[in-house]
Amino acid sequence: MLRPMIVAPMVVALGLLAVPAVALAQGHEAVRAPKQSWSFDGLFGTFDRASAQRGFQVYKEVCSNCHSMKEMYYRNLTGIGLSEEQVKAVAGAVQVPGGTDDTGNAVERPAVPSDHFRSPFANDKAARAANNGVLPPDHSLIVKAREHGSDYVFALLNGYRDPPPGSKAPDGQYYNEYFPGNYLAMSPPLQEGGVTYADGTPATVEQMARDVTQFLTWTSNPELEDRKRMGVKAVLFLTLMTGLTIAIKKKVWKDVH
Amino acid sequence: MSDIDHASVREAITTVGTPDPTKRDFLKLLTGATAAIGVGSLAWPFVSSMAPAKDVLALSSIEVDLGPISEGQGITAIWQGKPTFIRHRTAEEVKLAQSTPNKDLIDPATDASRVKAGKEQWLVVIGVCTHLGCIPLGNKPSDPRGDFGGWFCPCHGSQYDASGRVRHGPAPSNLPVPQYAFTSDTKIKIG
Amino acid sequence: MAGLHKSEFENPVVNWIDTRLPVFTMMQKEYGSFPTPKNFNYFWNFGALAMITLAIMVATGIFLSMNYAANTSLAFDSVERIMRDVNYGWLLRYVHANGASMFFIVVYIHIFRALYYGSYKAPRELIFMLGVVILLLMMATAFMGYVLPWGQMSYWGATVITGLFSAIPFVGESIQTWLLGGPNVDNATLNRFFSLHYLMPFMITGVVFLHIAAIHIAGSNNPLGIDVKSPQDTLPFHPYYTAKDSIGVCVYLLVFAGLVFFAPNFLNHPDNFIPANPAVTPAHIVPEWYFLPFYAILRSVPNKLGGVILMFSAIAVLFVLPWLDTSPVRSTRFRPMYKPFLALFVIAFFALGYVGGLPPDGPNVVIGQVATAYYFMHFLVVLPLLGKLEKPLPLPESIARPVIRRTPDFSGGGGGPLPQGATAKPMEKS
Repeated sequence: MLRPMIVAPMVVALGLLAVPAVALAQGHEAVRAPKQSWSFDGLFGTFDRASAQRGFQVYKEVCSNCHSMKEMYYRNLTGIGLSEEQVKAVAGAVQVPGGTDDTGNAVERPAVPSDHFRSPFANDKAARAANNGVLPPDHSLIVKAREHGSDYVFALLNGYRDPPPGSKAPDGQYYNEYFPGNYLAMSPPLQEGGVTYADGTPATVEQMARDVTQFLTWTSNPELEDRKRMGVKAVLFLTLMTGLTIAIKKKVWKDVH
Repeated sequence: MSDIDHASVREAITTVGTPDPTKRDFLKLLTGATAAIGVGSLAWPFVSSMAPAKDVLALSSIEVDLGPISEGQGITAIWQGKPTFIRHRTAEEVKLAQSTPNKDLIDPATDASRVKAGKEQWLVVIGVCTHLGCIPLGNKPSDPRGDFGGWFCPCHGSQYDASGRVRHGPAPSNLPVPQYAFTSDTKIKIG
Repeated sequence: MAGLHKSEFENPVVNWIDTRLPVFTMMQKEYGSFPTPKNFNYFWNFGALAMITLAIMVATGIFLSMNYAANTSLAFDSVERIMRDVNYGWLLRYVHANGASMFFIVVYIHIFRALYYGSYKAPRELIFMLGVVILLLMMATAFMGYVLPWGQMSYWGATVITGLFSAIPFVGESIQTWLLGGPNVDNATLNRFFSLHYLMPFMITGVVFLHIAAIHIAGSNNPLGIDVKSPQDTLPFHPYYTAKDSIGVCVYLLVFAGLVFFAPNFLNHPDNFIPANPAVTPAHIVPEWYFLPFYAILRSVPNKLGGVILMFSAIAVLFVLPWLDTSPVRSTRFRPMYKPFLALFVIAFFALGYVGGLPPDGPNVVIGQVATAYYFMHFLVVLPLLGKLEKPLPLPESIARPVIRRTPDFSGGGGGPLPQGATAKPMEKS
């Protein structure tokens, strides 16, 4: 069957291949985000809805002042356990562009569940003007758009430090252990007790970071639970099929060998 | 290769060995059936992906706040891409609509069958003329409403009454009433 | 009734169709009873796996294109809409994206089989060359497909690769502008890439048909590399290889499912979840993993035109491989001197893939250059010379004998000249 001379180089080569998965990253001096354990990890991972709802509160009260989330609709929030009524209330409290009036002027109206999340700025230029020329990235896919997404976002939010001795942060920049290049234009967004959680959980920076990371992982991967559930079924089914096909093959080939 | 003697190939097959029919048939059946289930479940996502997507479904019903609509006024909402007239009828309009004899109607229908019980002052109809599809006039106070106090279609002169029923052709049938329900005294959900 | 086929099928409906268009007879002949060497190992499964992958890609691609919008202002959002709003859209998208990777894994292993067992040697040269055409079409299709989501890597990968055309002297810039439909990658480029991406898989299907038709003329190779001499050396494709291949299909789908359901973005680059921005270049522009070896070859030459020529030569050399290899023996099993060289080739290919994904600094460049040098030396020096210099092991008498005996007779058999049919001479009619 498989001869050693084929197997050996393949093993060597595959071993080589295992390394670049990490090395393919940006190649920067920042530290790799420490591995966290999340409820959505693994074959049977699910979202922690309570944490995601708290994370939504953090996003709504803190992050959404600068960061848009254009791919999300208010109706998506039922995915983290909000009821239809709660969704309508969340949407209704927000004013969104509502087309034009009869003279062609733009008007605003309360949002409905079928609306996209309100963007804090009308366009990119307005966003830059309000943020020292830097564009706060959209948050819809932020966890998928970064290497080791969930671990990275969590580490970043907890990663603000004083600049190392001898170096000074440039104007409008802040030192962060995990950001590529170590200096980013976002000031530390989370402050101890900055948000009063609806469920009474103490709002430490670490807690808020954990919750908002849970929320942001959900917005990047809303299909995660369905996907893993389907995956388990598919793998079980295919394992069964593999067994059956092996049995049939042996039967068919019985008298050839 | 194409000159292989088929007879000798067939001979080679049969001399290879006679399989145990019962065991092999059951296994074949089981494997075949499982494979069929697999292929069938493979087909479902493709079929389902063509059904209306979640964003399309989200827009398939709208909620309208009736509060701002005063008596005698009507508004046009857009539901599933179609203009939908919502009129707040006056008491006289309601009485007139309720008392119209069937013989006067081109497409007989009672007013009661076209409104919700207890909310007869509200009429909700699709604002597309049943003749050839123009949008009848009559929502704005300045619009012509025709001789029957409802709507007047400028394209070919069809006229509707305050119950949205056709009273003068060439339109053949009444303005359709969409599926709707009151979610509160002042709000309706259409669709 | 002249010209009508005489069908042997009993079912009246089947018979009626078959007399007028003998598709059923053809299927029975080419797939049902087709005499196939009885000693295939699992490497021979990969062609079938490639065909299944092609079918999966076409099916998912058609359904994705029902919701995809090929316009720069809509493309990224339309893909997100597929992921979030279209029923099972995320499944279609992840199967299609990971299917491309599976397609290349399967095809690379399939090509390795050809290299190891000498399947490219006479009389199967045209089969191999058609296969290289399929590989080229696959690469073009995959390249254009990756542009469609209009992420940062989509845009910048397209910019880098289409930029290579400007290296062609005199006409390079004009060709590039013509290809792009403008001065840089933009809406015109995206639209035509979508059109061609939709078209090419059907061209691939046509060439696959030719590839298989050619195999059915020469007959399949086998692990011993010796010709089929009698019906005892073969088995009808059905049920023997339909049964064996279905195991491979199940294992293949297991790997595929593992990727799609549990690690759908493992082979993808995070930057492609950032909408394309012509004003911001990513820190490292990296093509998809299956292009990395060729990307490394491109970067191993400091000169732009030289790199382009070398990269295309890396595929072009495959076209002439049947004539570069001078060995009279097909299968590497009987070429002990060649084995380590082929192993070295595989290592070089993986090394190229590895450095292709890293920034071109210091040692990476040197490794890339050494591996590139060996890649070409393997085809242009080793294969022509070794065939003449090495002493191959004696070949077995026939396929049937080693299979029944279980221990192949390598020492006896015939100490003198190689048995009839062991050498790669054109097939002679018996």
